[in-house]
Amino acid sequence: MHIYLPIAEMSVNIFLILGMGAGVGMLSGIFGVGGGFLMTPLLIFMGVPSPVAVATEANQIVASSVSGVMAHWRRGNVDFKMGTVLLVGGFFGSTGGVFLFKYLQSLGQIDFVIKLSYVVFLGIIGSLMMVESLRAMFKSRSKTGRVSRGKLHQHNWLHGLPFKMRFRKSKLYISALLPLGIGFLVGVLSAIMGVGGGFVMVPAMIYLLGMPTVVVVGTSLFQIIFVTANATIFQASLNQTVDVVLAVMLLVGGVVGAQVGTKIGVKLKGEQLRGLLAAMVLAVCLKLLFDLVIEPSDIYSIGVMGGH
Amino acid sequence: MRAILFLLITASLALAGGAARAVPLIADIDRHLVAITTDFTGSELLIFGSIDLEDEDDAEIVVVVFGPNEEVVVRRKDRVAGMWINQAAMTFSRVPAFYHAATSNPEGVTLPATARARHQIGTDNIRMRGPEDAPEDSVEVFKEALLRNKIAIGHYVSDRGLIERRGKLFRTSVAIPSNVPVGTYTVETLLIANRQIIGAQTTPLFVSKVGVGAQIYRFAHVEPLIFGIVAVLIAVAAGLGANYMFRKV
Repeated sequence: MHIYLPIAEMSVNIFLILGMGAGVGMLSGIFGVGGGFLMTPLLIFMGVPSPVAVATEANQIVASSVSGVMAHWRRGNVDFKMGTVLLVGGFFGSTGGVFLFKYLQSLGQIDFVIKLSYVVFLGIIGSLMMVESLRAMFKSRSKTGRVSRGKLHQHNWLHGLPFKMRFRKSKLYISALLPLGIGFLVGVLSAIMGVGGGFVMVPAMIYLLGMPTVVVVGTSLFQIIFVTANATIFQASLNQTVDVVLAVMLLVGGVVGAQVGTKIGVKLKGEQLRGLLAAMVLAVCLKLLFDLVIEPSDIYSIGVMGGH
Repeated sequence: MRAILFLLITASLALAGGAARAVPLIADIDRHLVAITTDFTGSELLIFGSIDLEDEDDAEIVVVVFGPNEEVVVRRKDRVAGMWINQAAMTFSRVPAFYHAATSNPEGVTLPATARARHQIGTDNIRMRGPEDAPEDSVEVFKEALLRNKIAIGHYVSDRGLIERRGKLFRTSVAIPSNVPVGTYTVETLLIANRQIIGAQTTPLFVSKVGVGAQIYRFAHVEPLIFGIVAVLIAVAAGLGANYMFRKV
């Protein structure tokens, strides 16, 4: 059964889209990640114009983050003050990102920039996760438990920055410039790559800001809602690339998949999970890298002006 | 159903033609509107008609369908630091988004080159406007690339011998792929005898989005800001709904 996507202007198989939504939703349930970094490349692989894929995925992430943040909110694991500072940065970042997107599109380089950003970020994150999970697997075998840190977090030059702010829930007293900067960077990424940016923000919050791990996920989800909402609105009004029909199908599949995934995730071991996710991230990264490096079958390509 | 309709219409056309013997060529399409609905996966058009000549066996028929003009950028990738990146680009204007040519003669069409060019018979003869300031040979290379890409995605088709003939009657079908742009298309049917065009008929064809999809598209382009806000609200509602539903289970 096919459905015609009004904005992407193509006909797709409903079950394929629902299945993709469910598959990526399941992975995000298992691993606790947003899944945008897998869904956007998948949409591009199946022929959805990349501007539509990016903008539509931002729209879908709004839904999955709203759904995800509720559980964390109920447990009180959202640092709203930190989230607000992050999202101020994210607001500017995603707005600027959409303009940058439009500019790159006019240069004909948007596809290249999207793919290269994916290769760089997925490559870095995937390798780090792989190393970490392999190390953890060996460690758990040599029967030592997790190394407990003496201090809450290390102090470095980042703590010398001005405009210090107190974040009670995160038990931090740091410069507001740090979360603003991280929020800004993640905002740009969400506009250009069609991701929530959790995979960049979560490590940044833990290692750069030194936030306690409990509040990290909830707070990042809280911020992602607003940043992806902002990206969606700007993509829709500047580029007209948000395909609601596609977004709704993806999120219906995603919601169901995420529930199944959460149940599977409980039964699997943490290190193995992370290793598996790392392998998947690296696979997508390699596929995109090959697309960039291997000579295309036709080095000429066409695009319609004023279209996508 | 459509086949019966086709027979009836062509038969009546043939009879009418026989009585009047003034118009050598009568042609029509099975419908003048291709509606892109939610379940649209492409469409097949039937173009049919009859000819009225003394010896119709020597006559040839050509059908050319071409779609709304668009501006197309052709980009060439070059290797930069090991990666293939778009470098040179050239913009062509007034490029038909869709083109389909069919002939009744399996060997092509017996028309002088000037007439073929005038009626855009064959992909080489599709008219478009290239950049004026660029050197001619590079424009030619980019134009070839444009045609190659359009043929590869099925938007340009030029085939010989696609038109079926049975005495005075002829028919051919044109596949409209699902990703063609909306707009006004032109169907031109030519009757050729002794290397000359002795009859021509032009029929418009409309491709437009209808139904829910059309309304969504219009909304997205007329009120883009509100559309974006609505898209976000739908997502928020879906997220809350999902959370509520699965909390109970």
